Amino acid sequence: MIRNVVIGVLVAAVAGTGFWGYQEHKEKNAILINAENTYQRAFHDLSYQVDILQDKIGNTLAMNSRTSLSPALTDVWRITSEAQNDVGQLPLTLLPFNKTEEFLSDIGDFSYRTAVRDLEKEPLNDQEYARLESLYGQAGEIQKELRKVQYLVIKNNLRWMDVEMALASGKENADNTIIDGFETVEKTVSGYSEAQTGDPTHTSTKQENKNFQNLKGEVISKQEAIQKAKKYAKMTEPIEVKVVENGKGAKYGFYSISLVETKTNNEVDMDLTKIGGYPVWYINNRDIQNSKLDLNQASNKAVQFLKENDFESLDLFESAQYDHVGLFNFVTLQDGIRIYPDSVKIKIALDDGSVLGFSADDFFQSHKKRDIPQATLSAEEAKTKINQNVQIMEERKALIVNDLDQEVLCYEFLGTINQDTYRIFINANSGREEKVEKLKNSEPVYENIL
Amino acid sequence: MKGISSKWKGVIATGLAVCCLAFSDIHASAFTSQVIQKGAVGDDVIELQARLQNIGYYHGKIDGVYGWGTYWALRNFQQSFGLPIDGLAGFTTKKKLADASNFNAKFVHTQIQKGNEFTYYGGVDIAKQIKPNTNKKNTKTTGKTSTNTKQATKGNQKTNTASNLPAGYSQNDIQLLANAVYGEARGEPYIGQVAVAAVILNRIDSPSFPNTISGVIFEPGAFTAVADGQIWLSPNERAKEAVIDAINGWDPSGNAEYYFNPATATSKWIWTRPQIKQIGKHIFCH
Repeated sequence: MIRNVVIGVLVAAVAGTGFWGYQEHKEKNAILINAENTYQRAFHDLSYQVDILQDKIGNTLAMNSRTSLSPALTDVWRITSEAQNDVGQLPLTLLPFNKTEEFLSDIGDFSYRTAVRDLEKEPLNDQEYARLESLYGQAGEIQKELRKVQYLVIKNNLRWMDVEMALASGKENADNTIIDGFETVEKTVSGYSEAQTGDPTHTSTKQENKNFQNLKGEVISKQEAIQKAKKYAKMTEPIEVKVVENGKGAKYGFYSISLVETKTNNEVDMDLTKIGGYPVWYINNRDIQNSKLDLNQASNKAVQFLKENDFESLDLFESAQYDHVGLFNFVTLQDGIRIYPDSVKIKIALDDGSVLGFSADDFFQSHKKRDIPQATLSAEEAKTKINQNVQIMEERKALIVNDLDQEVLCYEFLGTINQDTYRIFINANSGREEKVEKLKNSEPVYENIL
Repeated sequence: MKGISSKWKGVIATGLAVCCLAFSDIHASAFTSQVIQKGAVGDDVIELQARLQNIGYYHGKIDGVYGWGTYWALRNFQQSFGLPIDGLAGFTTKKKLADASNFNAKFVHTQIQKGNEFTYYGGVDIAKQIKPNTNKKNTKTTGKTSTNTKQATKGNQKTNTASNLPAGYSQNDIQLLANAVYGEARGEPYIGQVAVAAVILNRIDSPSFPNTISGVIFEPGAFTAVADGQIWLSPNERAKEAVIDAINGWDPSGNAEYYFNPATATSKWIWTRPQIKQIGKHIFCH
């Protein structure tokens, strides 16, 4: 009798475990499938977008009427961005897939630039037309390769989860149709990229501008760099110093210097350029417990620091307080014109007014003496280009980098519509509305609303 | 306009010594000595907003953050009262404002602490200007946390300059970034954390990566913390500070788009990227 009961209990236990295991298995599968589906969706979406992209570029080539060309190019731009999004969702980061993404970005930039232009006044020139044709051809090649991969994926029921496993286990060389397929796509594209760089209308990616080519001065030694760093840090000896030179892949030469004040254990880190020893950035991350200075006093400290360190003619244009730190953003002022690309940011501690941080990355990349052309429009004329509903409160001249990566002289207007404030830039020569941005109101803390 | 204002300053300055004691008694709750500048936060800003609203210049929320709405209100006030129009609440401006308006500090601070929606217009019964916050239960702690977090987030929004940021960042964006930074680099030195945040931001700018914060962070295989779920650990304040520094333009990575830990990296490909520098355990590269 007891034996039967024991057997019964055991049978029930085994059955229960089995059932539980089955449930677990089912759940795991469900999640795997879910993940797999996301990848599949992104992949098929990508190849669909590239299909459409190719068609649309083809359409623009055939278009004659300018009024239809602008919307079509805008559409190309939109689809490019969708395709880029899809690429981003695929587990390809460990594959060298950059060229394809850059190609998509190229099409995007080109179509955007041409679409926003008034094609009635400035139609596509021969060079641009030729570029459009070559982009069309390349899109066709990519489309062909992608379709091939897609076909194999569907036919052999290939799974992206396997690709991820293969990549994660480091067996890139293993035979994997999807990986091989994408490598072919990549090769196809990189075959074109060489030819493209010679094209004058080729938009450089932002990275290529970041070489600090405007810096002046002699190359400084490690010792000189340490001296300069100590001057910025204003620490008392003994100081523990560490200096490292930039890695081989850096786009410009710099020293990374770390200073630790032995007495207080405060640490200051900074990068100084090898040419001239200019500070690219500087961070002192000590704790600040209380505020003794107000934001206005702190801004004076920031101005003083800039003067001491030979940053000339800078104009404070934004300030903000975070707990016990004041953050200030300065831009160059040349002949009363704000040069927005030249920006320097400074953090001041509100307890003793010392400099906590400094960032002049943007400044050193773009700062130079500029020949700013005269404005052909008057401020009054520029004002007429602005939406009637905006009540203009402030105006000045400013130099900005527009959407097409060009420096343009503008009239800057600050204006309001009801409770919102807008910053509007009107090109001082063409009257084009270069940039309109709604300046943020303070955002409520959701924790308190919900 | 300027001539009048400097004259005013002179009058005030000479009268200052005499009047100081008398005034401090009458305006017990009046401003501290600070010159209130755009971007400031705190009790003085609350008083500034409440007073400007009391005499009908400010129509926004009284939240203790000196933003654009407050700025225009103050400038309009300065214009009407013949003061120099600079958006700075210095001694003269504060005094003029204090004389022209009422400020019931207890009422205003109580409403803020309770999280109520309220206004403070003059000539209307203040009790009728409250819309109680019915959702909030733990009212005791809100006052404190609200000012703290507001200070942190306020700064982020203000970093949106005309030149360097593609778009504004919301609190949620910063939270997501802080999660990623904490998951990826919580054992790293502070500048290492700023650098990781900067890499994420550099990727958003780069043509080779998605154009959104979530796109970059959740790109499969891009970050180990995302793959193994460490991204969902609660980040500490330091990670958030690092993110805010990076958004404000600090980039210790030297414009890197990749980084890896040489001790644990499995991919051979990552070693082929041009290396910029090493911070802590991470090597940063283009």
